[in-house]
Amino acid sequence: MHTEFVVVEGDFSNAGKASSEIKKTLKQLNIDNQKIKKIVVAVYEAEVNAIAHAYGGTIYVDLDHEKISVVIKDVGPGIPDVDMAMQKGFSTASPKVREMGFGAGMGLPNIKNNVDELDIKTQVGVGTEIRMVVNFLS
Amino acid sequence: MEISKIAKILDANIIVSNHDSKHKVKYGFASDLMSDVLTLEEEEVILITGLCNIQTIRTAEMANISVILYVRNKQVTDEMIHLAKENDMTIMQCNYSMFRTVGLLHENGLCPVY
Ligand SMILES: Nc1ncnc2c1ncn2[C@@H]1O[C@H](COP(=O)(O)OP(=O)(O)OP(=O)(O)O)[C@@H](O)[C@H]1O
Ligand SMILES: [Mg+2]
Repeated sequence: MHTEFVVVEGDFSNAGKASSEIKKTLKQLNIDNQKIKKIVVAVYEAEVNAIAHAYGGTIYVDLDHEKISVVIKDVGPGIPDVDMAMQKGFSTASPKVREMGFGAGMGLPNIKNNVDELDIKTQVGVGTEIRMVVNFLS
Repeated sequence: MEISKIAKILDANIIVSNHDSKHKVKYGFASDLMSDVLTLEEEEVILITGLCNIQTIRTAEMANISVILYVRNKQVTDEMIHLAKENDMTIMQCNYSMFRTVGLLHENGLCPVY
């Protein structure tokens, strides 16, 4: 099954719509609750990042009975130093983003903790593509 | 701790009710940082926050937290109420400060997550 969602820069009132839809779909398929939580938390963090730090983008979801694979691809400034961005507490979030309750610098480490596979491709001035997989059977 | 007891201790309003008043939460977690909330493994949690926006509801949705308490008389919007109802959540609101709120709940036996 393949689905796509569009995320819009700065649109915090819709941040989480994609993760919410994914959650509903997985629940209908009777996927284990802990597995659902892992993928939706990770997708939500990445979705917020695309809205907060980039200029929006597209989320591609591929789902079969063994795993869910989600790619969050944004157009944006890219991440100059991924190792640094992966560290707990590192954040360049704007005051507006902090006001929304984000900017703790915990999103990327959180994603890493929750998924079975994580791949970050990023190019400064172009954008970022985050691919994540959660296996249902392991 | 029962939702009704929490409401009584804090003189709180229940704005959206989707649980029996006898429903119990085991832990309290107070934070205004949504990514912090998203690290929790515990789910029988009441989220206590001074941040009142749609993202607090979304965050609770992803973290499987079904009871949220807003402190300091924060005004819950219609959009938030709608989303909370859609997700079968209970939303409470009290006038006390964060400090007083968590102090009272702790004193009355609500457990911390950590
Ligand atoms: N999609 C992105 N485009 C550009 N920069 C990004 C992107 N995602 C993350 N970053 C950079 O990496 C930093 C760390 O991201 P991370 O999600 O860990 O924390 P945060 O978003 O700042 O705060 P939190 O997620 O805790 O609310 C960000 O502050 C930003 O500088
Ligand atoms: Mg983030």
